[in-house]
Amino acid sequence: MEYFLIFVSAIFVNNILLAQFLGICPFLGVSNKLSTATGMSGAVCFVITLATVVTYLLNQYLLVPFGLEFLQTISFILVIAALVQMVEIVLKKISPSLYQALGIFLPLITTNCAVLGVAITVVTKEFALGGAAPHMFNLGEAVVYAVATSLGYGLAMCLFAGLREHLAGNDVPKAFKGLPIALITVGIMAMAFLGFSGIV
Amino acid sequence: MSKLHFVTDGFVKNNPTFVLVLGMCPTLATTTSAMNGLEMGLATMFVLILSNIVISLLAPMVPDKVRIPVYITVIATFVTVLQLLMQAFTPAVYETLGLFIPLIVVNCIVLGRAEGFANKHGVGESALDGLGVGLGFTASLTVIGIVREILGSGAVFGWKFISGDGILAFVMAPGAFLVLGFLMVLFNKYLAKK
Repeated sequence: MEYFLIFVSAIFVNNILLAQFLGICPFLGVSNKLSTATGMSGAVCFVITLATVVTYLLNQYLLVPFGLEFLQTISFILVIAALVQMVEIVLKKISPSLYQALGIFLPLITTNCAVLGVAITVVTKEFALGGAAPHMFNLGEAVVYAVATSLGYGLAMCLFAGLREHLAGNDVPKAFKGLPIALITVGIMAMAFLGFSGIV
Repeated sequence: MSKLHFVTDGFVKNNPTFVLVLGMCPTLATTTSAMNGLEMGLATMFVLILSNIVISLLAPMVPDKVRIPVYITVIATFVTVLQLLMQAFTPAVYETLGLFIPLIVVNCIVLGRAEGFANKHGVGESALDGLGVGLGFTASLTVIGIVREILGSGAVFGWKFISGDGILAFVMAPGAFLVLGFLMVLFNKYLAKK
């Protein structure tokens, strides 16, 4: 039940893009076409999950025992950068087709604030779901949270890419062309997602 | 005097928010009120100036291949310094801005200026560029914050001019996107007229 609540809340209620504002830059950058949007979501999902597990363990077994929590930011970003590089090398060797599909999106992910955001959130924030007492996530909950968050990222990204493909063919006033109309569309989408806020 | 344009460029021509469209996450997330926007802008400016200075000094010594990791390490160091300073002197601000202080590390403005300006220019110019872009970012965030605060809670910098609530949606997530979208339209109009 607990895991289910984390899952629903991370995808719909606290959607990482529409409610938490993480990872907006790539969201606006690559959501022009549905195919690139799915590619990016796949890559992000993969890296967020992996990065959360590694940084969680790093924090638990290295930083906390030695009282080095203030190094979280700097060590996490280095771990994420190294991890992305490693994923790139490994994928190239074992699954060239997946590597081709994710291709250009992988290096971009290092500076996607969604990855660092989730990694820092799970080790610093106390969660209270469904009336339970606030507590820090254990590893299992952290993994579920990471997977669900990245699925929410993918959901919002693909929905928006679909909308934007239709938007491209429409005649909008000149000053609204491009990003402004895109932002206003996201605003309306975010309003729709506010409707989920009573669920969990 | 001739170097003044490095500062003023950051305001209109290279405005990080409305023209370059960089650093969208803190722009949207922390502008729930004018004060929050201003504080976030100043925090980013602190990191921007210091990292620009250090990177312009380091750039000639760093091999091309490893420059990005080196820049990120420099930026992360200053963000950590900022975190510790804020925890010590302004814990309330640190609490409100929360996650978005450590996330300055991955703010594309900071890395963008390091890669696009500081590694090709001298120390003085880089510092001025950091100041200009930082001020431009701060100004944009404050403006967005003011608009959202007026519409969302009927107040300016915490001073309330209506009794009761404003349009709550403008303080929440959708308002951030809408206000930024419409302000961008105005900015485009202004640039088109010039």
